[in-house]
Amino acid sequence: MSFTFNPINEEKIKKLWGEYPKKESLTLPMLWMAQYQEGWITPEAIRTIAARLELSPSHLFGIATFYTMFRLSAVGTYHIELCQTLSCALCGKDALIEHLGKKWGIRPGETTEDGRFTLSLVECLGGCGGAPMLSLNETYHENVTPESLDALLEGLS
Amino acid sequence: MIQRIVSRKFDIPDAHRIDVALLHGGYATLSKAFAMEPDAITTEIERSGLRGKGGGGAPTGKKWRLMPKTISPSYLVVNADESEPGTFKDRQILQYDPHLLIEGIIVSAYAMGADHAYVYIRGEYKAFHDRLVEAVEEAYERGYLGENIRNSGFNLSLSVHRGAGAYICGEKSALLESLEGKRGHPRLKPAKPECEWYFGHPATVNNVETIATVPFIVQEGFEAYRAYGTDQSPGTMLFAMSGHISRPGVYELPFGLRMMEVIDELGGGVKNGKKLKAVIPGGASTPVLTAEEAEKATLDYETLSAMGSGLGTGGMIIMDEESCMVKALHNLLSFYRHESCGQCTPCREGTGWVDTLIRHILAGRGDETHIQTLLDVSKTMNGQTICVFAPAVSGVINAFVKKFRPEFEHYFQRSEG
Ligand SMILES: Cc1cc2nc3c(=O)[nH]c(=O)nc-3n(C[C@H](O)[C@H](O)[C@H](O)COP(=O)(O)O)c2cc1C
Ligand code: SF4
Ligand code: FES
Repeated sequence: MSFTFNPINEEKIKKLWGEYPKKESLTLPMLWMAQYQEGWITPEAIRTIAARLELSPSHLFGIATFYTMFRLSAVGTYHIELCQTLSCALCGKDALIEHLGKKWGIRPGETTEDGRFTLSLVECLGGCGGAPMLSLNETYHENVTPESLDALLEGLS
Repeated sequence: MIQRIVSRKFDIPDAHRIDVALLHGGYATLSKAFAMEPDAITTEIERSGLRGKGGGGAPTGKKWRLMPKTISPSYLVVNADESEPGTFKDRQILQYDPHLLIEGIIVSAYAMGADHAYVYIRGEYKAFHDRLVEAVEEAYERGYLGENIRNSGFNLSLSVHRGAGAYICGEKSALLESLEGKRGHPRLKPAKPECEWYFGHPATVNNVETIATVPFIVQEGFEAYRAYGTDQSPGTMLFAMSGHISRPGVYELPFGLRMMEVIDELGGGVKNGKKLKAVIPGGASTPVLTAEEAEKATLDYETLSAMGSGLGTGGMIIMDEESCMVKALHNLLSFYRHESCGQCTPCREGTGWVDTLIRHILAGRGDETHIQTLLDVSKTMNGQTICVFAPAVSGVINAFVKKFRPEFEHYFQRSEG
């Protein structure tokens, strides 16, 4: 399997090429595009980006593993990133983790068997004022309670 | 108590749209700024005493003067990484008044002679990123960015660059490494003060709120800014409260207010009528204060550093009487273990060890030697690393252990062998 950027991303890349003095700066933007396109960053995508930027695939791999948001394997349709840092801990993140496990069978670091949900515990998302909080497919939900969590998950198709 | 300098348009519906922003004075500073000599703007900022709001509190004007005028192109890089636990202030500007940030960027870049600006925004802030990108597009369309801005002869391009989840990329040199497409590894500090460098070209890194303050100072004059705050901490800051507080949130306040007045009056006091045990004053990396210390604290750089802590990002984390300080420290140490960039041995290994030690204590398998080892390891993390991440962790550990030692000892007795 090979990887190519779709035409929309190719347009974006062309534009970005002019926004930075050196093309290495496109590393993170291109990894983002690959992740959005495929759902995760495939080895083929790494090779393609490396070739485009004239960098080694191992260098690219080192970048992709350094940044926690880059995924090197597929996640569920719904990716729950629950904040586990101090303000959220003080305001009840443990109860949410327990609830997700008991009622929904969703456990930290795992994807449910039906492939619908992945739960990741993440560090402070800058939503401390609405602790406890989580991000569901990159949308923030703050002041989460077990009840509001049920409503949120039940509302998903 | 509340003052509105950067938060002036926060309550205006749709102020993130350029038409609304313009109706309420958005970009009004530009004509005044372009009529001034660039250097005169820097002087105005210097006189205002503006200090960086990213956590360090460095004088902004002095920093701008480090930009060599002879090398081109040069860059202004805005730090919107906002990853310090307990901090959620810059996102308010991005969400409610992104045009104020853009206006600040134009004026600041003009003052320091920067040709291009980047806003480096943490990857998780997808919604705020999208909002800022829209605002930037609007600004280009109306001629506030690009070539010959408002017929001033000044050109500036602006790009928004997304991070991808790494606390350390908030550190300015790590941020620049990341912007260069590398891992976010902080750089060795130069022997003498100099500007930062992006691909070998001069760069200045400033926090979102710092840059958003610039238009007010240029428009109203440095005295107007100095009218707020204290002599050493002039002006205002977006202070945040989270944790066990009745009304968490972000409030723009002059420096120097009593911490407890802010907690009680704006924050509505400790949640559920409980008593206060501790406050982390300015983001997770500032040493914790006891309730007694919080009584004496005022929200300014000089008082908090004299108390052995710091103003940091102004993000207060409030902990009530029932909070377990051992668990709280453990929570922070596992954060630091995860976020150490791994370049320096004392930091990479140290953050792992202190986390492991605390786990032992929490599991009831600890004794005095664990506390001593914790303090010993913390000492090795201070003053021997590339960036101040590790020394900050050291300070966090020392404050928790020294101020709440009986709570740690309490866990010894739970030992079941
Ligand atoms: C570990 C670490 C993390 C930091 N994180 C941030 C951050 O998220 N946002 C920020 O503006 N500054 C952060 N800083 C401070 C920056 O290095 C830099 O001083 C600041 O962005 C400069 O802007 P200012 O002078 O306007 O505050 C961090 C520093 C360290 C050591
Ligand atoms: S102190 Fe820690 S975070 Fe800073 S450069 Fe060294 S290893 Fe990286
Ligand atoms: S501690 Fe959870 S968002 Fe900051």
